[in-house]
Amino acid sequence: MAEFRMPSLGADMEAGTLVEWLKQPGDAVHRGDIVAVVETDKGAIEVEIFMAGTMGKQLVVPGTKVPVGAPLAIIEGAVEVAPKTPAPEIKAPAARPAPAEKSAPPPAGLRASPAARKRAAERGIDLAALRGSGPDGAILLVDVEKAGAAPRKGLDLDKMRRAIAAAMAKSKREIPHYYLSTTIDMARAQGWLAQTNASRLPEQRLLMAALTLKAVALALRQYPKFNGFYAEPDGFTPSAAIHIGSAIAIRGGGLASPALHDCDKLGLDEMMARLRDLAARAREGRLRSSELSDTTITVSSLGERGVESLYGIIYPPQVAIIGFGRIVEQPAAIDGKVEVRPQMIATLAADHRVTDGHLGGRFLNQIAVLLQEPAKL
Amino acid sequence: MSEDDIRAAVIAELGNIAPEADAATINPESDLREELDIDSLDFLNFVTALHKKLGVNVPESDYPRLLTVKGAIAYLAAKLGSARA
Repeated sequence: MAEFRMPSLGADMEAGTLVEWLKQPGDAVHRGDIVAVVETDKGAIEVEIFMAGTMGKQLVVPGTKVPVGAPLAIIEGAVEVAPKTPAPEIKAPAARPAPAEKSAPPPAGLRASPAARKRAAERGIDLAALRGSGPDGAILLVDVEKAGAAPRKGLDLDKMRRAIAAAMAKSKREIPHYYLSTTIDMARAQGWLAQTNASRLPEQRLLMAALTLKAVALALRQYPKFNGFYAEPDGFTPSAAIHIGSAIAIRGGGLASPALHDCDKLGLDEMMARLRDLAARAREGRLRSSELSDTTITVSSLGERGVESLYGIIYPPQVAIIGFGRIVEQPAAIDGKVEVRPQMIATLAADHRVTDGHLGGRFLNQIAVLLQEPAKL
Repeated sequence: MSEDDIRAAVIAELGNIAPEADAATINPESDLREELDIDSLDFLNFVTALHKKLGVNVPESDYPRLLTVKGAIAYLAAKLGSARA
């Protein structure tokens, strides 16, 4: 027997509100199953479980706000599976459950996607009254959308802004950042991308982001000191897995950096597919718990907004953030001659408690080297 | 397919990509990236949706021609017209 607890989904999270249970007492649960939906500052998060067993007594009813670490349910016959990465240290307040704000538990036995359940709860739509178009009659988001009713609630951007403020202020207070930059010749990467996409249908095309993310992931294999977590009193703990948080702007303000898991093992097509999926879900406020808690390093790109270079603030407990700027046609000296070349500034902000500029420079340079052979990414 | 049908398809897909905005009120000559705050991933999703809905495969080299509603409608009308001819 073990307890399934409210997970920490970031250094800035102290509590979450249980929106709904997706497994009922008596249901078998397996590692990686999504068992609940929790409302946080980052939207409604699908919470996965990292043990196997049977869902036992549920200790918290939907609508209740509980602190990080509070038991949510009992898992009978549980086989514990070690988390993939250490959870960030969070000091949860000794809170007591807040009164339920809304939402009744979904009807037992009703098949509906998490997104459909969330949207229905937001709009006050009775799922039992809908006809599902999914497998075995499951109610999908589109079915709820068709049901009309109230306007979409969307993300609470004010709440998200407060969460970002807390995390960034903590980072600037506690992490001694150092900053480096390098200019990368992007002619080969651009040429390879244009040639590759020319013969592909739109749904199969790649973006430069897929190449830069893969280059960072492969470079991290050689420079693991930028991939992991820092927490007192133990200091730095490297992560064996490379889960890159891709900074995604939320229209109207706000930012999410959900993890692309095992980036170094993904082909570019798989990377692109996951990036598309992740961006769509981030903007709908439908991320999963592991996507918020597993990130081992963050990559931010602002080139499309005309930014030539950006120096990021590390998201604790991570120890580094990479920034990519706009690709700009600029004169460059090549073999003693001046040529106009597409160039991009890559930056590194890293935690001086873990690494020094010398190693940071080598890491950045390795990213540049990898981008010179895009076909091998 | 009439120009009105194409316009409706373009507006509908932009609405799917940027649901926070009222796509129907976009200035037809404004840059969509600025007007709707969309990025390259959004734009790729827009082009992908147009391909699925209208059957027009827009090559990357033609992307600049779809950066306004007016430009997108003109481009798609020409492509659909030439496909019929």
